[in-house]
Amino acid sequence: MAHRWTNTLTHADVTPRAAFLNRRQVMVGLAGVGLTAMSKPAAAQDALEPNTWEEVTTYNNYYEFGTGKDDPAKYAHTLVTEPWSVKIDGLVDRPGDYDFQSILSEMTIEERIYRFRCVEAWSMVIPWNGFELADLLNMAGMQEGAKYVAFETAYRPEEMPGTRFPILEWPYREGLRLDEAMHPLTIMATGIYDRPIPNQNGAPLRLVVPWKYGFKSIKSIVRITLTEEEPPTSWNMSSPREYGFYSNVNPNVDHPRWSQASEREIGGGLFASRKPTLMFNGYEEEVAGLYEGMDLAKNY
Amino acid sequence: MQAINQTLRRIPVWAIYLLGVLPAPWLFYLGLTGGLGIEPIEALEHRYGELALQLLIAGLAVTPLRRIAGLNLMKFRRAIGVLTFVYVSLHLLVWLVLDVQIPSQIWADILKRPYITVGMAAFLTLLPLALTSNNWSVRRLGPRWRKLHRFVYPAAFLGAVHYVMLAKGFQIEPLAYLATIFALLALRLPIPNLSLRSNNADSA
Repeated sequence: MAHRWTNTLTHADVTPRAAFLNRRQVMVGLAGVGLTAMSKPAAAQDALEPNTWEEVTTYNNYYEFGTGKDDPAKYAHTLVTEPWSVKIDGLVDRPGDYDFQSILSEMTIEERIYRFRCVEAWSMVIPWNGFELADLLNMAGMQEGAKYVAFETAYRPEEMPGTRFPILEWPYREGLRLDEAMHPLTIMATGIYDRPIPNQNGAPLRLVVPWKYGFKSIKSIVRITLTEEEPPTSWNMSSPREYGFYSNVNPNVDHPRWSQASEREIGGGLFASRKPTLMFNGYEEEVAGLYEGMDLAKNY
Repeated sequence: MQAINQTLRRIPVWAIYLLGVLPAPWLFYLGLTGGLGIEPIEALEHRYGELALQLLIAGLAVTPLRRIAGLNLMKFRRAIGVLTFVYVSLHLLVWLVLDVQIPSQIWADILKRPYITVGMAAFLTLLPLALTSNNWSVRRLGPRWRKLHRFVYPAAFLGAVHYVMLAKGFQIEPLAYLATIFALLALRLPIPNLSLRSNNADSA
């Protein structure tokens, strides 16, 4: 059941491997003489260009490894990802511990070039490799009463130095409504730029929901539970006023502490300009139907 | 302590100004050349802001250090104060010009976002202090100068609160700054000096 959704961004938009590895050095060189803006072709304004490997893998939020953006890249190497298993339980026909490798052998991996919008008002474009969550849920067999899907990140204090501090209540938890989880845009990512996903990006498998703020796309998943009730989610537990269960990208509903109307694309250097944030992060056509009749200002 | 104080007396104040101002262009250069990481705007903004808070703490420490430890840094206090304002201004400028960019949104943010309102209030509280940091103003204002410059206490408090308010989740570092500033302000409370005591009673 793979390939239900195809990229509007094509391979032509992907920076060739040699170029993405070099672009950073080129930009650093140009920045010195104030030519940063010229390293992006003018025509690339709408046709999105994925961020470089370095940008995607060294600027991360993964508080289990520290709150600094460079902490995950520095400290996440301690996370042991082999072997890895995912417990799938709750309202499923075939609950149990699923070995990551055997999951992979059942799934079709495809590339998805998605916009990624952080709730902190920055964004990237990331060429993920992964499979649709729907395929995994079908593998486990959903039962009649299931309405939500709850996810949990690994919680291993000895491998995750950031969990020594009560920044959030560990383990990290996220959740989706079942129709959101089954949507063809929703994937479980296992790679970036055709390489295995690095630890700091959520190895060995993470959720990617491109029309929601980045924190919904939970990393290093060890448990998936199908439930009847809306599951508790970490940022919502920490500050319900600021982070709702839905957390769809919405330029019209501000975070209480900052505007969500615009965003900064990572990689533009010191003089990067802001660009307007798109409704549902540019996936309005695909997902607006999921929220028909809902007040998105209330269900933020 | 005597020996330290004597050595300190030999350091010219301009050296402190120079040393203190150097990180500003250096950090900007790092931001231009990738030395501040993938996202230099936020990094530069935060580095300037942190330096401002650290200098604010240094300035507030001068009096207790002299009183408790006998260490005399009085000679450098004005330089520390002026440098604090330099970094607060740079922090504000990065926010205005590189971060928010859109003039209408700047005003909306100041009114709508409490942590920005608080930060702006701290800046405005420090502004008259910076403007009157010259000898002429000291002479001109006389005893009123001392009173005016006690506004550094609320400014420091606002600055620390501003940092705590912008943190996501429960983070230690901003709280450490707040606690340090609280401690330095508290040290001023029981001092048997009438003018100090009456002022603190007012602002508490």
